[in-house]
Amino acid sequence: MDVGIGEYLALCSILFGIGAIGFLTRRNMLIQLMTIEIMLNSVVFMLLAFNRVHTGSQAGQVFGFFVIAVAAAEAAVGLAILISYFRIKNSVETDKADLLKH
Amino acid sequence: MSTAGFLLFLVSAVLAIVGAVITVASMRPLRAAMGLLLHVVALSALYLTLNAHLLAVLQLLIYAGAVVVLFVFVILLLGPAGEFAGDSEKLIGRVMGGCSAGAVLLLTAFSLSRHDAEFGPVGADYGTVEGLGNALYRGAMAPFEMVSITLLVAVVGAVAISRVRTAREKASDAADAEARKLANAGGSN
Repeated sequence: MDVGIGEYLALCSILFGIGAIGFLTRRNMLIQLMTIEIMLNSVVFMLLAFNRVHTGSQAGQVFGFFVIAVAAAEAAVGLAILISYFRIKNSVETDKADLLKH
Repeated sequence: MSTAGFLLFLVSAVLAIVGAVITVASMRPLRAAMGLLLHVVALSALYLTLNAHLLAVLQLLIYAGAVVVLFVFVILLLGPAGEFAGDSEKLIGRVMGGCSAGAVLLLTAFSLSRHDAEFGPVGADYGTVEGLGNALYRGAMAPFEMVSITLLVAVVGAVAISRVRTAREKASDAADAEARKLANAGGSN
């Protein structure tokens, strides 16, 4: 069997789709943060797959490295926001986040 | 690609999808975090099939070693309130949103799988610590340094957002408000 870039791209978009579906259908902020991680991971994976076709430079892998670093920062800040939101509302439900709405 | 490589791709692809589905579908956050762990480890094996050795290691270190542990700590901190069962309210709109996202993504997956290019041979230093380190330090030195500033700002911001105000700060704020009220009353008289 031969695996080309098509299979990799299909897998990336399936993983991104699972993350997007989870982000749109769940209301637990913890799980939504995890689905964001799934989506970011699939993007890094796609960058690596494209870089594997054009092996002359390693720009895709360098970019994937930066995406991973920014995703780590995003997870830290997101969890801090989650904790301070939990302190106000005593819940992790995103539908209750309406302090700036009214 | 050899048969072993194909098998590695197949097994880790299935595991990555299973892990992502567990993360999305599980009602308990701790189980979701374990699904994320499975997803991350399988994805790092997939990076290996793309000759991205350094990024596979980084994926394991940062995601399995740091991000998932951070999630588990927060789940333990929140306790039972982290699991809430209100996911069934207003379900129709959310399911419609999810289904449309799923349909778009399935179509994308199908059309992308038609796109085909062969994976050629790679150089000796492609994706290794040496090769990627050279590319990073020679070609992207300034962004690399900026990443450290980003991480520092993120850490300081996380501490600033999530810390509790101490009793002394609350008392001094209350004293300030009291003094301001007295001053206003004195000015109006």
